Amino acid sequence: MPDDAPIITVDNLTLAYGSFVVMQDLTFEIRRGEIFAIMGGSGSGKSTLLKHLIGLQTADTGRIQFAGREMNGSEEALQDMRREIGVLYQHGALWSSMTLAENVGLPLEEYTDLPPDDIRRIVSLKLALVGLRGFEGFYPHEISGGMQKRGALARAMALDPAVLFFDEPSSGLDPVSARRLDDLILQIRDSLDTTVVVVSHDLASIFAIADRALYLDIETRTASALGPPADLRDDPPNERVRQFLTRTAA
Amino acid sequence: MGHGIPYTDRPEAPCTSTDPLVAPEAANAYVTLFASRYFLTCPPPTMEATAHSTGDVLHVRVGGTWTLGGSVPDVNAVAASAGGIDSAGAVRIVPDGLTDWDSSLLTFLYELVRRCEAQDVPVDLDALPDDLRPLVDLSQAVPEASAGSADAPSSLLERFGEWIGRQGDGVVAFATFTGRSVQSAGRLLRGRGRMRGRDFWLLTQRTSADALPIVTLISFLVGLILSFLGAVVLRRFGADYYVSYLVSYGVLRELGALMTAIIMAGRTGAAFAAELGSMKVSEEIDALRTLGISPVDFLVMPRLLAVFVALPLLTLYANAVGIVGGWTVAISMLDVTSAQFFTGLLTPITLADAVLGLVKAVVFGAIIGLAGCLRGLQTGSDATAVGDAATSAVVTGITLIVAANAVLDWMAAVLDV
Repeated sequence: MPDDAPIITVDNLTLAYGSFVVMQDLTFEIRRGEIFAIMGGSGSGKSTLLKHLIGLQTADTGRIQFAGREMNGSEEALQDMRREIGVLYQHGALWSSMTLAENVGLPLEEYTDLPPDDIRRIVSLKLALVGLRGFEGFYPHEISGGMQKRGALARAMALDPAVLFFDEPSSGLDPVSARRLDDLILQIRDSLDTTVVVVSHDLASIFAIADRALYLDIETRTASALGPPADLRDDPPNERVRQFLTRTAA
Repeated sequence: MGHGIPYTDRPEAPCTSTDPLVAPEAANAYVTLFASRYFLTCPPPTMEATAHSTGDVLHVRVGGTWTLGGSVPDVNAVAASAGGIDSAGAVRIVPDGLTDWDSSLLTFLYELVRRCEAQDVPVDLDALPDDLRPLVDLSQAVPEASAGSADAPSSLLERFGEWIGRQGDGVVAFATFTGRSVQSAGRLLRGRGRMRGRDFWLLTQRTSADALPIVTLISFLVGLILSFLGAVVLRRFGADYYVSYLVSYGVLRELGALMTAIIMAGRTGAAFAAELGSMKVSEEIDALRTLGISPVDFLVMPRLLAVFVALPLLTLYANAVGIVGGWTVAISMLDVTSAQFFTGLLTPITLADAVLGLVKAVVFGAIIGLAGCLRGLQTGSDATAVGDAATSAVVTGITLIVAANAVLDWMAAVLDV
């Protein structure tokens, strides 16, 4: 369950592409063990913020701390962080030239000294956890989209990360599969005490699983709300948050 | 269809929104508009639009048949006939004898409402037909984006300057990428690379063995054509025998490597760009970077090495096939025996000529690999991005191959090779 100690701290972060500012003055904390949702309209900078949190992009202004360490773009800091995070991309992003077993095993080969047999066993376990027992030798193009996403989740969990990042996890899934994924996310957090950061605009999912949600406001180009989703819906700080969380147009 | 067909069967409470994704009524009106435009017989447009004032209310009457095919009346002219919008306290739109309408009426009403809003004059739309009112409301629903005005068109000189700038950026990007690839090769030699051996062998097979049919066909035809040209010219001087000189020198020193490289730029360079471009679009490359694995080490190196190995081998093969093509013409059209032809092959050339051809093949292979992989990694995110990357890889590759060929020939001339 969440505790108040932050695992990720963002301080005065500005996200920009050249001179085009996407978001500015972002300041928030993500607590250990919580499910933290990043939400906002299309073009509000959710994916850009995610890329900064996982080290794919470095901001020119502002700071990000991961487990107390400054993420200043240095390779050493990034390598330390990479061992402790897992990322599930929107469309899975399994490497198409590798089998499911090879996909899940690559993080273990890269960051552990385990012998190949041990890696094979861990891979089988991870795939079984997501319901893909027996699919170790399949290539991504040989399985369905939903199965690819589960395979990608197994890969994201390969190193038992402290933080799991999900980019639009329910994208492309039918409602039942999306609900199952929500349940899986809750199970992962409860059983493994993993912190989960979800980028989403699936309101049903946000309300079902998120402990707190951050709203990125495209009008003001900053975060205009942070708190439990139900509280934000019932007592929105502004009209745009109310419209977003109640799915009403202007 | 603009916003598209909404979910008409959604179990929602009735709403007043005009967003067609939420309110079926607005989208149904759009469907009616679309159907009437294309599927019904449209009478000739009459487009009646008149205005009169009573007190401070400007009444704008619309009637007749409004269909695309006639010029939409000018809003200012209609309003001005009764004093204009700016002198009115309110504007009321009155349909009278309106028999048929499509986007032309909607355009007139949209402009009228915008003019009224710009001058803070309230507009009464209550008299509009039930299927027209939601569309007018929809056209006003979202405020105009404050994206700023478009830049004025650049002059020819400005555009040329921008083009030069982009070419310069391209040169810098290519040089930077070449440097990164050299660094990656260095890591590989020191045993610290992340290339998978399996990928290298698979790619080598695809790049070499799988390319044999097309290389055979093209090389044979090139030898054939070269020999034809020689035959036509040399026969006038009774010098048929020297066609073997032409084939030998042309194929071994120039055309073998050049034609093979052009084939591979179109076949393999494009394939590399498309593969890496697709991986970029599907975030597979981001997933590698998240793990701290260099895409150059993991993806570019096996491709670069595969084409580096394949191209000299294919060139040797192409040289042999090209000579066979030339021999075919020589013995069938000219007064040259096989023995004479093959003896003549070896007379004009030296080992240096054959080595020059192979050196060219190695350089061309590097160009094809670098151009294909670079364009793939530069792929954008829209629908045309992967195709554009493949096209760009071919164009870049062929351009650099021809330029490199000229440079190598010049260097050979300077060194008297």
